[in-house]
Amino acid sequence: MKRLYPLLAFSLVIIFGCSSDADDVVAPANATLTFSHYWGQTPITNSDFNTLNLTNAHGEFMSIERLRYIISDVTFTKTGGQTVLLEGYNLVDVTNQTNLSFTPNEKIAAGTYSNVSFVFGLINEKNTDGAFNDLNAASWNVPAMLGGGYHFMQLDGKFISANNAAQGYNYHTVRANDNAGPNPTFPQDTFFRVDLGAITVAADVEINVAMHVEEWFKTPYAWDLNVYNQMLMPNSAVQILMYENGQNVFTLEDTN
Amino acid sequence: MTHKISYFFIFMFALCVASCNEDSVEPYVNVPTPSPLQIPQLFQDLILDPVIPSNNPQTEEGISLGKKLFFDPILSADNTLACAGCHSTSNAFTDDTRFSDGIDGLFGNRNSMPLFNLAWNYDNKFFWDGRESGLENQAFEPVTNPIEMHTTWAAVTEKLQQHSEYPELFNAAFGTAIVDSVLVSKAISQFERTLISANSKFDKHLLGTATLTPEETNGFNIFMDETKGDCFHCHGSDNNPLWTDNKFHNNGLDATFSDLGFGTVTGDPSDNGKFRSPSLRNLAFTAPYMHDGRFETLEDVINHYSEGLQDSPTIDPLMKKVDQGGVQLSLQEKADLKAFLLSLSDLDFINNPNFSNP
Repeated sequence: MKRLYPLLAFSLVIIFGCSSDADDVVAPANATLTFSHYWGQTPITNSDFNTLNLTNAHGEFMSIERLRYIISDVTFTKTGGQTVLLEGYNLVDVTNQTNLSFTPNEKIAAGTYSNVSFVFGLINEKNTDGAFNDLNAASWNVPAMLGGGYHFMQLDGKFISANNAAQGYNYHTVRANDNAGPNPTFPQDTFFRVDLGAITVAADVEINVAMHVEEWFKTPYAWDLNVYNQMLMPNSAVQILMYENGQNVFTLEDTN
Repeated sequence: MTHKISYFFIFMFALCVASCNEDSVEPYVNVPTPSPLQIPQLFQDLILDPVIPSNNPQTEEGISLGKKLFFDPILSADNTLACAGCHSTSNAFTDDTRFSDGIDGLFGNRNSMPLFNLAWNYDNKFFWDGRESGLENQAFEPVTNPIEMHTTWAAVTEKLQQHSEYPELFNAAFGTAIVDSVLVSKAISQFERTLISANSKFDKHLLGTATLTPEETNGFNIFMDETKGDCFHCHGSDNNPLWTDNKFHNNGLDATFSDLGFGTVTGDPSDNGKFRSPSLRNLAFTAPYMHDGRFETLEDVINHYSEGLQDSPTIDPLMKKVDQGGVQLSLQEKADLKAFLLSLSDLDFINNPNFSNP
C-alpha cells in the first residue's frame, strides 16, 4: 500500500494542476505598435528620402529629408466605455529608422476592446517644458517663447517652387500658439487622438499603424508649399491647418 | 589493503582542499580605483547619461595615464607633437590656426575639433565627418595619420614599453605592464571624457546664480526664434546644454564641394557637404570656425547665416531664406546674438588645472 502513496500524490498534483480555474486566468499581454509609412499606396523608408520624386495634392514635386514624430498615451477602450491607459511616449525617427516599434511598459488585459487609440503629439498636461531628458537630448524642444514643451512632428524636405527652384520646407507641428514671448496664448489644441478601431487581445498583440504622409498635404487643405513652407511654428493658423490635415494621416493596417 | 585505500582518499581530499584555498599563489593584480564622471547639475537635470563603454570604465589611474599620454609628444614619430599640440587647453582643446601642421610641416584640410563633453555624443560618431565610431577608435587615428603624428603603433608601443615610467602606469591602470595600442586609446579616451564644460555664464544663469545682460537675453531670443536666428534646431537650447545635436548638416557654406564630408563616409551623395554640428560652447576660445576654419571671427559666422548662404542640392532644409542668402538679421540683432553666444564660454574649463599639461 505504501508504494501507492507516491503515485496517489502525483495524481493529485496532476489533477489540481489541470483545474479549470487555471484556464480562466490569462496573463496580461504586451501591446506593440509598429509604424510604417506610405506616400499614396507606396511604402516609403529613409532610402526613399532626398529625391524630389513625390508629388503633393497641390501639384508640387517634393522630397522628404527628415521625418520624426511623437505619439503617446496608447489607450484601450472597453465596450462599456471604460478606458485603460498605457502611459508613455515614443519618438518615431523615420530618418534613422529608430523607434519604429513601441511597446509600452504597462501590459493590457486580454479581452475585447471597442477601440484602441493613441495621441499624436503630447496632451497639454504632459507637454511641459524640458520635462523629458531623452527628448531634450534629441533636441525635440519647442522654444519657451512659443509655449515650450516639445515638437509633435518634424517633417523637412525640399520642393520645386513656382520659380522652378528647389526650396526647403519645415512642416513642424507644435501646440498652436499666439503672442510669442513671455506669455504666449493657445487658441486651440493641436495634438489629436488617433482612433484605430476595435481589437481583441488574446495574447501579445502587434498593432500595425500606417502613416500616410501625403495626407499632411492633402485633406481637407491642399497644401501650397509656395505659401506655407518655413517658419510655421509661430503661426497658429497654419498649425490648425496641419492639425486638420492630420486627422486622416493614420490608419490601422492590421493586427496580429 | 583497506588502510591503503583510506590513505589514498585522505591524501586526495587534502589535495583538493589545498588547491581550493584562496590563499594559494595567485599573481598580484592591480585594481584601479573607479572614478565616475562628475556629471554637472544641468546635465543631470536635463539630458541623458553619458556614454561610457562597459569595457573602459573611468578610473583614477586610467585618467591619469590618459592625461600624461595626451600631453606627451612620444606618440609622434619624432617626439615633437602631442595630442595637445593641435588640441590646446587654452583654446578649449582646439587649435588657434585654420589647419594644424603635423610633424613634417604638412597641413590637413580640416580645423581641429574642440574637445569637451565628448561622453554626451550619443550617436558616438566622431570627427567632423563622423568617420570613427566611438572615442576609443577616434584616438587611434592621429598617431598613424601621415600629416599628423606620422608613425606606427608598433613604434609607439615600443617606445612606451621601453620608457622608465609608462609600463608601471599601464600596470596600475589596466593590470598589465604590456603596452598596446588599445590600452593607449582607452587611457586617452578616459582622460578626454573628463573634459567637461558646464560652467559658462549662461549655465550660471540657468542655475540662478548669474544674470544675463539685456543684449545677451535678446541674443538668446534671436537664437530661439524660428523667424530670426532659428539656431536651436541644430544647436540645442536652454533644455539641451550640449548646444549641439551632434548630427550632420550642410549649412550652406558652398555651392559645390571640394570636401564631401559625411558623404565620403556614407557613400551617399545626399550626404555630400554635410559636417557634424559643433557645440557652441567656448566660442570665445575656439576661433577660427567651421570644419575648414574659414571664418576668423564670430561676426563672419553670423554674417554667413544672415546673408552668406550658398545653395546646393544637399543644403539642409532648416536653412532659411536661402534665396536671399539667409535670415537677414539687423546689425543690432547680430551684436546681440554674438553677446549671447559668448555667454556660453566657460573660463573655468580652460583654466581647470586638471586639464593642463602635467
